Amino acid sequence: MAEENPTAAQPVVGMRSVEVVVYLILLGAALLLGYDNWRTGMSWEADGPQAGYFPFYLSVLLGAASVYGLVSKLMEGGASDAFVTREQFRRVMQVFVPTLLFCLFMQWLGLYVASFLLITGFMWIIGRIALWKSLLAGVLFSLIMFLTFDVAFDVIMPKGPLEAAFGY
Amino acid sequence: MEALGLLLHGFSVLLTFKTLTFMIIGLVLGIFVGVLPGLGGPNGVAILLPLTFTMDPTTAIVMLSCIYWGALFGGAITSILFNIPGEAWSVATTFDGYPMAQQGRAAEALTAAFTSSFIGSLVAVALITFLAPGIATFALQFGPPEFFAVYLLTFCSFVGLGREDKHKTIISMSLGLLLAGIGLDTVSGQLRMTFGWSELLRGVNFLVAVIGLFGISEILLTMEERLALRGHAASISLRVVLNVWKDLPRYWVTLLRSSAIGCWLGITPGGAIAASFMGYNLAKRFSKDPEGFGKGKIEGVFAPETAAHASGTAALLPMLALGIPGSGTAAILLGGLMVWGLNPGPLLFVEHKDFVWGLIASMYLGNVVGLVMVLTTVPIFAAILRVPFSAIAPMIVVSCAIGAFAIQNAMFDVWLMLLFGVVGYVFKKIGIPLAPFTLALVLGNRAESSFRLSMIGSGGDMWVFWSNWLVGSITTLALILLFWPLIHLAFERARQSMIPKSWRLFG
Repeated sequence: MAEENPTAAQPVVGMRSVEVVVYLILLGAALLLGYDNWRTGMSWEADGPQAGYFPFYLSVLLGAASVYGLVSKLMEGGASDAFVTREQFRRVMQVFVPTLLFCLFMQWLGLYVASFLLITGFMWIIGRIALWKSLLAGVLFSLIMFLTFDVAFDVIMPKGPLEAAFGY
Repeated sequence: MEALGLLLHGFSVLLTFKTLTFMIIGLVLGIFVGVLPGLGGPNGVAILLPLTFTMDPTTAIVMLSCIYWGALFGGAITSILFNIPGEAWSVATTFDGYPMAQQGRAAEALTAAFTSSFIGSLVAVALITFLAPGIATFALQFGPPEFFAVYLLTFCSFVGLGREDKHKTIISMSLGLLLAGIGLDTVSGQLRMTFGWSELLRGVNFLVAVIGLFGISEILLTMEERLALRGHAASISLRVVLNVWKDLPRYWVTLLRSSAIGCWLGITPGGAIAASFMGYNLAKRFSKDPEGFGKGKIEGVFAPETAAHASGTAALLPMLALGIPGSGTAAILLGGLMVWGLNPGPLLFVEHKDFVWGLIASMYLGNVVGLVMVLTTVPIFAAILRVPFSAIAPMIVVSCAIGAFAIQNAMFDVWLMLLFGVVGYVFKKIGIPLAPFTLALVLGNRAESSFRLSMIGSGGDMWVFWSNWLVGSITTLALILLFWPLIHLAFERARQSMIPKSWRLFG
């Protein structure tokens, strides 16, 4: 297995760097939202605040807290802990990338086919489970979901060409 | 006793074949999600919520609350057999529960955990039964200023009393409030923060955010930690159950103390986790044998479990009576109520009697049925944990996607869920708490509109929040809680400078 690899425990990125980046993103969001609410109107009228009043000051609050976090992180000395090690990052990507693909496929193939592909593919390739078990689990789970949601509970899910071929 | 009569009415609403069936389905699903590592009460309820969209509200809420009870019971199984706390408040249960399992007393520990959860919840449900109608009647006199003051109190207590860094709590809360404001502003009819993007007109749906923040991010975290599931097998025989129950009266002080702590902290927002630790620590402090704790003492299972479940249940009291959830799961249940067009709060007790008392009755019945079920089916559910995680992970992802899509039939929401999954993962790792965000997102709009309605009512005069003793004292209390850390600090300083050095015995 890969964790015997000496580089496995190396951090991909430090905790402090991630925190700094998050604070910068939040600060950016605060500026953007603050500007938008200032445009909407953030003043106080005779009968109370305008629509943008609350969100404007919340943006100010968010921005201030982010700046505080940013400054305190940048002032902090000493070594930073690892946010994720290389091995951890690899494992997180192992589940994140398939999830991303699943969401993409869901748009073209419909939910049920995409879920079959995700479950079977994940079990077989990443879980190294026997192909027949993976296929069986994928088919059964997708079928049960279809029967539960689309048939029994009338919760309509996105469909693709396969369902269309069966007349759904 | 009016409450008892209404409760009996609630049972009559409940005792139909259909409701009972869904109740049992809910319990099974709940134990299932509770047992799965990385999924617990709030995640389970959020993911399974779409199942209930087409049911009538009473059946739906009964099923949801049973999912919640089931998840709470299931969480104890993983803590004791596998040393993996399903939720933050199960952490204290592992201290003595897992050592007991290692000593081959797993059945005893499980029975103790289930029984004490049952007792804790029962005390809290009794509290709800007798207190909630009174509080709701009282709250019927509330106008917008009073409601805003209560919302303010909730937010302030999170900032002032939370254990996380203050700026992180503030970030989490203001972000939640901002996202709640996206879309159409109901008071003025203006669009806010949509940037001309039509998908944002609907606003950010609370449940989509919750599924991403809790469901998807937990999968990422679980995968990262790569939990090795090595657990102890267990099956519970009737003899063990009776033995544990026979000893129960000996621990009545612990049980009572933990129930009281749980009820109190459950009503206070954000207290469930603190409750289990406090229950454990106090039991240890008052015990004749504090050294035995942590080495497999049955009292160390009783104390935190009772407190955790009492607080988890008591958290539903402010949700039902005031529309203010006391915990993350209560917030999600509140989101569910709004999906069915029910407006949580004092009026619920007047306008939807069947619903409220059906729910309260289902708490009693769900607990009893749940207790019997977990005691008899532990081996089956413990076996679920031997299913490889690489089979369970994709199925959870699919369930999350179904949930996110079904809420508004929008593909955009699935992408939003994925985004929230990443945000939740990063936030959890850098220590930004998610509970204030969740609470802010679900309460944001109502807090804002109650503020603006009070402003319209008073002609823009801020003193409306101190216009009578009730609203004035709530607002003042909120501000005190907000600045509590500073006040506490000032107090300490003052005390130290007041007392001459030579008097300081414990300095």
